[in-house]
Amino acid sequence: MEGKRFIRNRKNLLLSIGGGVLITLLIVFIVTPIISLLFRTTPEQFLASLSNPVVWNAVVLSLITASTATIIIIGVGTPVAWINARHRYPGRELVDTLIDLPLVLPPTVAGLALLMAFGRMGLIGGFFYGFGISIAFTTLAVVIAQIFVSLPFYIRQARSSFEELDTMYENAARSLGSTPLPTFFTVIMPLVKYGLISGAIMSFARALGEFGATIMFAGNYQGRTQTMPLAIYTTMQGDLDLSITLSIILIIISFIVIALVKFKLKGHA
Amino acid sequence: MKLSYLTVIFLALLAAILFAGCTGTQVQPEKNQTVTPTANKTDLTVFAAASLTGVLNDVVKQYETLHPGVHIITNYDGSQALRTQIEQGAMADVFLSANTKQLYALRDQGIMENSSIEMFAKNKLVVIVPASNPGNITTLQDLARPGIKLVIGTKDVPIGDYARQILKKMGNDTAYGPSYNTSVLKNVISEETVVTGVVAKVQLGEADAGIVYITDVTPENRDKFTMIPIPDTYNVIAEYPLGIVKSSGNKDDAASFITYLTGDQGNATLSKYGFAPV
Amino acid sequence: MLEVAIHRRLRDFTLEAEFCVRKGETFVLIGENGAGKSSLLFLLSGLLCPESGHISLGERVIYDSGNGIDVRIEERDIGFVFQNYAIFPHLTVFENVAFGLRRRKVSPAEIRSRVEENLALLALESLSSVRGDQLSGGERQRTALARALVIAPALLLLDEPVSALDAVAQDRMRSELHTYVRKTNIPCIAVTHSFRDALSLGDRIGVMERGKIVHNGTPEEVMGSGNEFLHQFFFGCRQEPCQP
Repeated sequence: MEGKRFIRNRKNLLLSIGGGVLITLLIVFIVTPIISLLFRTTPEQFLASLSNPVVWNAVVLSLITASTATIIIIGVGTPVAWINARHRYPGRELVDTLIDLPLVLPPTVAGLALLMAFGRMGLIGGFFYGFGISIAFTTLAVVIAQIFVSLPFYIRQARSSFEELDTMYENAARSLGSTPLPTFFTVIMPLVKYGLISGAIMSFARALGEFGATIMFAGNYQGRTQTMPLAIYTTMQGDLDLSITLSIILIIISFIVIALVKFKLKGHA
Repeated sequence: MKLSYLTVIFLALLAAILFAGCTGTQVQPEKNQTVTPTANKTDLTVFAAASLTGVLNDVVKQYETLHPGVHIITNYDGSQALRTQIEQGAMADVFLSANTKQLYALRDQGIMENSSIEMFAKNKLVVIVPASNPGNITTLQDLARPGIKLVIGTKDVPIGDYARQILKKMGNDTAYGPSYNTSVLKNVISEETVVTGVVAKVQLGEADAGIVYITDVTPENRDKFTMIPIPDTYNVIAEYPLGIVKSSGNKDDAASFITYLTGDQGNATLSKYGFAPV
Repeated sequence: MLEVAIHRRLRDFTLEAEFCVRKGETFVLIGENGAGKSSLLFLLSGLLCPESGHISLGERVIYDSGNGIDVRIEERDIGFVFQNYAIFPHLTVFENVAFGLRRRKVSPAEIRSRVEENLALLALESLSSVRGDQLSGGERQRTALARALVIAPALLLLDEPVSALDAVAQDRMRSELHTYVRKTNIPCIAVTHSFRDALSLGDRIGVMERGKIVHNGTPEEVMGSGNEFLHQFFFGCRQEPCQP
């Protein structure tokens, strides 16, 4: 109602049209590339490509690695975010800054750094290699690269959610006899659930789209380390149709993820 | 006047279309890669296979000294990547490819100036291992040993295509047998989209071996590798074609550059870097 | 009997409190905003730690800086009604009230009967399955009271326990609380700004000023002390305009 009244006032007309133009241009900008992808292929070509091993190897690998990475991130990131939100300790600010580091590191640099650390000539990798364990150029490396670049997304969101949570709920719970761990699961988690979920979604999306660090550290091998972004890049240089098919699948997955989130969060502001 | 949401949206759409229309014309696409736009010079854009990086930089320097009015911009990548870029409309004047497949694909689509296409260099492949030889590889047979970490190119990049041709040849020969081919391919840990990626991974010591061009071993990095030669019976002769792109706006300078590259000076430089003459 | 002698630096002053509360007795704490009343409750509950001192509840020593005793919050067996109620928004009224009992591993049948008893006491039966975030202020306060009472604590700490209720409910709750404390024979400390609360709940009244209890006595003793704050508290301003 406020909107209509806003527009009706003649003086606000220019503002309203300006706002409308801005929104329209923005939507066009976002939607056009996606629609262009769809226009470059036909349903028949799309369905035919689906049976190509390059495609479904990449899809399965991407989904499995990104999911694994996200689960690990949630498991490790939640306690860390909680500790940093609630407890002051010497060096806490430094820890927060370091956790954010992968955010500003270009993915290729991250990949090279991971190779230097976990490759068989590396600081840590060399130690494991002595026992016959290879880390670089394996599916494990894909997961490690994904965790490295996506961790900050979750931890930042989780920490923010925990910080925003009023301490009175924990206080009340503890005064009623609830020890810290049960309090965390019965009182705190339900109240920050939606913040954590949105953080996890962001991490998952980042992990799914990870390219630079993966190609450097895990290499490019179908079925083992060739995730969807790598497959798109590789096939683009030989078979554009496959590349487009993979891109469309990635877009569909992203849409599904966003829709799921919106749907689940709908009832809860 | 009473305005509904619909009217505002319609007006907004109209304005947006007009706005978009006004800015859609005569935009000069950015010439890819490098450096400052040159005021009085003409720009010549050369797309070249990554294996030509060293030799072409040298030739470009020579040419620019002789032709101060020309500024050459280079774009190095796997030939298949360059071909895709040109197909999709990237502005290139000259294309130097590491195999005929990529350039002829463009020719068959009518993108190249057919009369300008010619071979200009030849190359061979070699197996390299890191100087420390972590995989203890001394012969080609060792490449089939289980657990060896091998890096080659993807099937689309010329270096990957050539490598597979070689392995196939060896598989067809009784000296190695068909299981050799499969065993070696099983040892691949990564397929790179450009040959420089293969070189890098071997140099870092993360791979036990890689299959690259002999020209990729240069005086600068020679001490980082040990080479295991591939006998001529199995080796491929990599033929490098070049051509002028039809949509080039600078065909004269392009032709002049090609003449230099394929002339005495250019050939001498190519030889210096390990390429064989055509 | 609750015996307290603690000491802790707060932001603007040092809190030093030494007092006793007998079993079945309600000790009402009044004073200006920022005097340290709520902080004192936090210190007794363990949510805030004293710097030195001694707290004992009956024979149990809850805190003793000299002997290094500091009983965990969860084990102090205290019922605390917070100033902002702290009702769990994601749980129903029933689950909120049952929370403390579930932690104590009480049997489901007993939980049900005790919770329903307290819901009735606070006129909350009809709201039993309503979620915490759907309650009005007064409903939340009553839920907070029920939640603290149902666990049958050894000490009751109330911060503005009836402020959000309407006048009739306030009267009723005050008398219920007083009876409850008498009946269960536990010490109770109530912080309030309302002189009616002080008079009807308080067996003893304590006045806090900048972290110290400056008056401590029966309502009659305290009212006759001549303290300006107290006079205003109970009788309103002596002259217009009002000056503290």
